[in-house]
Amino acid sequence: MSTVSTQPPQPGKASLFYDPKIRGYVYQLVLLALVVFVIYEAASNAIENLRAQKIASGFGFWHNAAGFDVNQKLIPFSASGSTYGQAFWVGLLNTLLVASIGIVLATFLGFFIGVARLSSNWILAKLAMIYVEVVRNLPLLLQLFFWYNAVLKPLPEARNSIALPGNIFLNNRGLIAPSPIFGPGFSMVTLALFIGIIAAIGFYIWSKRQQEATGKQYPNGLIALALILVLPLIVFVIIGMPLTFDLPQQGRFNLTGGFQIFPEFVALLVGLTTYTAAFIAEVVRAGILAVSRGQTEAAHALGLRPGPTLKLVVIPQAMRVIIPPLTSNYLNLTKNSSLAVVIGYPDLVQVFMGTVLNQTGQAVEMVSITMAVYLTISLVTSFFMNIYNKRMALVER
Amino acid sequence: MNKYFGAALVGAAMTVCIGGAQAQTGLLAQIKSRGQVTCGVGPGLAGFGIPDAQGNWTGLDVDLCRAISAAIFNDPLKVKFVPLSSKDRFTALQSGEVDLLSRNTTWTMSRDTALGLNFAGVNYYDGQGFMVRKKLGIDSALKLAGASVCTQQGTTTELNLADFFRANKMKYEVVAFATSDETIKAYESGRCDAFTTDSSGLYAERLKLSVPEDHIVLPEIISKEPLGPVVRHGDDNWLDVVKWTYFAMLNAEELGISKANVDEMLKSENPDIKRLVGTEGKFGEAIGLPNDWAYRIVKHVGNYGESFEKNVGQGSLLKIARGQNALWTKGGLQYAPPIR
Repeated sequence: MSTVSTQPPQPGKASLFYDPKIRGYVYQLVLLALVVFVIYEAASNAIENLRAQKIASGFGFWHNAAGFDVNQKLIPFSASGSTYGQAFWVGLLNTLLVASIGIVLATFLGFFIGVARLSSNWILAKLAMIYVEVVRNLPLLLQLFFWYNAVLKPLPEARNSIALPGNIFLNNRGLIAPSPIFGPGFSMVTLALFIGIIAAIGFYIWSKRQQEATGKQYPNGLIALALILVLPLIVFVIIGMPLTFDLPQQGRFNLTGGFQIFPEFVALLVGLTTYTAAFIAEVVRAGILAVSRGQTEAAHALGLRPGPTLKLVVIPQAMRVIIPPLTSNYLNLTKNSSLAVVIGYPDLVQVFMGTVLNQTGQAVEMVSITMAVYLTISLVTSFFMNIYNKRMALVER
Repeated sequence: MNKYFGAALVGAAMTVCIGGAQAQTGLLAQIKSRGQVTCGVGPGLAGFGIPDAQGNWTGLDVDLCRAISAAIFNDPLKVKFVPLSSKDRFTALQSGEVDLLSRNTTWTMSRDTALGLNFAGVNYYDGQGFMVRKKLGIDSALKLAGASVCTQQGTTTELNLADFFRANKMKYEVVAFATSDETIKAYESGRCDAFTTDSSGLYAERLKLSVPEDHIVLPEIISKEPLGPVVRHGDDNWLDVVKWTYFAMLNAEELGISKANVDEMLKSENPDIKRLVGTEGKFGEAIGLPNDWAYRIVKHVGNYGESFEKNVGQGSLLKIARGQNALWTKGGLQYAPPIR
């Protein structure tokens, strides 16, 4: 509340009871007390009822043995020694994996389609329009079923896998590729990669300053590529290539060994990406259209070609309009990933709110933990997007 | 302003009271005044709980709900069926959405204790098995090393599966789905080599496949699955009603009382029969029901054997043998305490 009191005080007339400021505080206090009371009553009521029905409560289950398996796991997890707590992390990491890759892909696809829809090429513009109108008007759940079946159905069974070059196999169990086994000393290569990335960022900042000061341009892309790729490669060769591959072998049912990308993951990723990209495309189109036509004309008058005009003049200004709704779309994508449950992708909701809830029966704890996790993910995402938004915002002088 | 404030206060007070008023009167009294039993059933498992072409629920588990309704209202149709997936069933029961669960639910210690539930009996003795395609050419579950297995999540099946492969030191991949429909669809599309659930369920689900003859059920039974009706903790009278409805169906079969001859049996001189049909003693009153409660059950629904044969046995498509589910007098496990 802002406290603006420009009116001159009226001496002796208004009692405390009629003071709007005091009354405001009183109402707010009463409301606050009421909210706290309701929450307290609801919580204690729930706890009491759970106790009366002898339903286990509390978070003791966290360290209990899980006893079930999950197919896609980013951390070691097995039925024999893992706990419900570890099952939670398996689910959470799977959610974060599909959400983060989905956000990156949806952003690229969405920007491309949004720009394409404004293209002067009639066919491209209409294709982009049809894409947006079809994809965003169908329920996501339906699309996920479509993609799951579209991914699974045409692929051959495991015994007749399609062999791709480089010992990669494709069948209805997913894409099976050789998995790398890192030999001793491989951490040097990882270190070199980090040094390369930091050096590339440093060079980019330096070259930008140089350009602002002198107008001289450097081939940033090429130099960054050399630092990030070539540097680790040289280190890799020098220390004697400590890398072998675990090749997939044909077993009785399926290929064993190697590294597997599951069809559930692919279907979910494709579904979330294409769906969210349609919304992002519209956001991008709105952003670009919000930049006045005079800006483009001025850029052309200065002799900028269409590409640099878009990149240097239109997009930076459009970003100010794009970022806030873009954030909402990122959040939607993350939350929509919980629909994974219908196609058997082991995300947080599937593993934790599905299997673990059922084994322990502690719905109140599971649901509140899961809600807290989604809330945290969303708040962190929007926190970073808000920082980015502030950097991009118009600096008024 | 004051008006809205008052409304908010009333609203808040109501919110607080909802949960509190629940466990005051007994569930049986609530059901009587409500006029129907709310019964949680499976979302569609042939023979156990599935709506037929006219939308009427049928099945072994459904018959138990109908029997309870018959005992209370003298009408087997006063049941509201709520289809529940494995994943949602316990939450629905705990929260009071249904009065009982009668849907192939395995009786385990943790469910009986930590979930705040009580099992009222075992109306079907089952065990977990595997179904595979014939063309894979395997005849034993011990040859499933390296296989992908489709299962329904939130079940004991998921845990038994992990135990079985761990005990036999075999690797496998599990793909878990939320509902049985999605699970069987994924199996049929070739995503998995094997489909696992309770063996009664395997026979039922096999009927849903496009060519059932292409699939076989492997001989191994890897677990004990006593399936039975479940109620909430804390209402012993209601537990008695559910338990004795099931026992009445078993006792009726044992005494040879069936839907066809139950009216004649009212004239019987056999004291066991007289106590069951209510012509002697006041056994119904003890559980808050009329004394002809068991007569009503047999009259409207039939005895356990009739229900079994009609739904899953020789009178059905499933053709499951009585096996362990025969009466104790015929070498099976079905045994009911006497009514006396």
